[in-house]
Amino acid sequence: MHPTNNSHTGILQRDLLVAIRQGSDFLNPLLFFVMTTTLVPLAVSPSPSQLAVIAPGMIWITALLATLLALDGIFKDDLADGSLLQIILSPKSLWSLVLAKVIAHWLKTGLPITLMAPLLGMMLSLPGEGYIPLVTGLAVGTACFSLIGAVGAALTVALQRGGVLLSLVVMPLYFPVLIFGASSVQRAVQGLEYLPVLAMLGAFFTFTLLTGPFAAAAALRVGING
Amino acid sequence: MISMSFQFDSMADFLAMSGHGVYVWTAYGITVLVLVVLAFRPLLKQRRFLSIQREQNRAQNNDRDSNRIDDGATK
Amino acid sequence: MWQSILKFIQKWFHRFGSPRWFYQTTGKWLPYLAVISVGLLVLGSIWGLGFAPQDARQGNSYRIIFIHVPISVLAMIGYYVMAAAGAVALIWKIKIANMVMVSAAPLGAALTFLALLTGSIWGKPTWGTYWVWDARITSMLILFFLYLGVIALNQAFTSRDTAYKACAILSLVGTVNIPIIYKSVDWWYTLHQPATIKLTGASSIHPDMLKPLIVMILGFYCFYALVLMLNTRTEILAREWRSSWVRGLSQ
Repeated sequence: MHPTNNSHTGILQRDLLVAIRQGSDFLNPLLFFVMTTTLVPLAVSPSPSQLAVIAPGMIWITALLATLLALDGIFKDDLADGSLLQIILSPKSLWSLVLAKVIAHWLKTGLPITLMAPLLGMMLSLPGEGYIPLVTGLAVGTACFSLIGAVGAALTVALQRGGVLLSLVVMPLYFPVLIFGASSVQRAVQGLEYLPVLAMLGAFFTFTLLTGPFAAAAALRVGING
Repeated sequence: MISMSFQFDSMADFLAMSGHGVYVWTAYGITVLVLVVLAFRPLLKQRRFLSIQREQNRAQNNDRDSNRIDDGATK
Repeated sequence: MWQSILKFIQKWFHRFGSPRWFYQTTGKWLPYLAVISVGLLVLGSIWGLGFAPQDARQGNSYRIIFIHVPISVLAMIGYYVMAAAGAVALIWKIKIANMVMVSAAPLGAALTFLALLTGSIWGKPTWGTYWVWDARITSMLILFFLYLGVIALNQAFTSRDTAYKACAILSLVGTVNIPIIYKSVDWWYTLHQPATIKLTGASSIHPDMLKPLIVMILGFYCFYALVLMLNTRTEILAREWRSSWVRGLSQ
């Protein structure tokens, strides 16, 4: 299959290929994630006991900001080179094509961030019990970020300076993910049961997976008019 | 039957609200201010819009009149 | 019979959907609505401030309740009004619904701001602090952000039609998410509930306090309707300025 065709796998393949060749698509959000987390001990305190308390929340906040940073380009680059119009005009259902873009975005930002998180957890002296909920929660949570974010990115796709607006529009919708994600880690660290919290995050993910692509597809049809 | 009596002994008592006057009156004051702004902002906007429209209409009418004169001159 | 009812609704719907009809009809209602809402608000305020009995625990500071509660209720309902108008606009392509939606956003944001402000002023004498990260306050703050997002999105587009549709989609997405956000914030608060601060629940409100509260709630409902109509009329003028009937207004 030629990677430039407009099937779901085609879009996915092309997006990932471009990202791998450029490198910056993977690296920039990841670097942002690492650098912002480095600010925490400098701004708060290097003492491990203090860092351990705020580590779950800080890692989740920086992960949220890092995915937000990369959100702007999710459809914008394709609008610039004209391929977005082809995607919209193609006979395939738009929501599934949007889903392919979302998966590509998650593979480029959410996944690397999730894989990097344990290292940052260690640097912020996160207690050992926290790592499993941190990684599973981030894997699911960043996927939610990509799904919800796609709606905002689609609405603002044709706007010149949509970046800040996009964060403003999308961030309130991120609150449940942040709450469930960060508290699952906190509960694990405190020795409490965290699986029900992760299950809630999973339920929210399922919900956004079922509704997000349709909303984003509708938003894309509107947003493209500028 | 509603028993209605003024709860305060004097006007000064009423304003003081047994020490909580600052809070109660600022809350009510700011609310009144915001409500007034909310109600009058669209009215001012409408008035401004209509006056601009009126001026445009006048300008257009003048244009039309002068065109007519021009037409007459060329004919 | 059903068909005639349906036809009637359809006819009414289309008539109501015309900006001109809306402008002219609401124009007749405005004076009455203004008098009723100002009357109720003044009556309720005097009643609440001067004649309602003192609260046993909070003294006189509780009198903020008469503005705080109606405003908070309307701030929340306002989002649903906005989203419902957006849904109507998206589904039936009714012009006026778009204008109502866009007009509800700044009004809702202002009320949410007022709810937060009066709440925090009330908080100072009650809990000794202006701001508490309580579930209801936090939810209100998020609601404020949701409103601001819609307003910002509305202003970002040059094409009005695109702005309308974009705002409709965003407010619908927000509506779907609001219950989830509220539930999650509630749950988050139970986790971190500090033992020292206890909110005064809706335990038992004295009937003499309830009556002025109801007057105020009715007054604020009328006020909301009034300002929503005023905003929508302004929006109509701004969007329909090319049409001959709007031109006729200024002559």
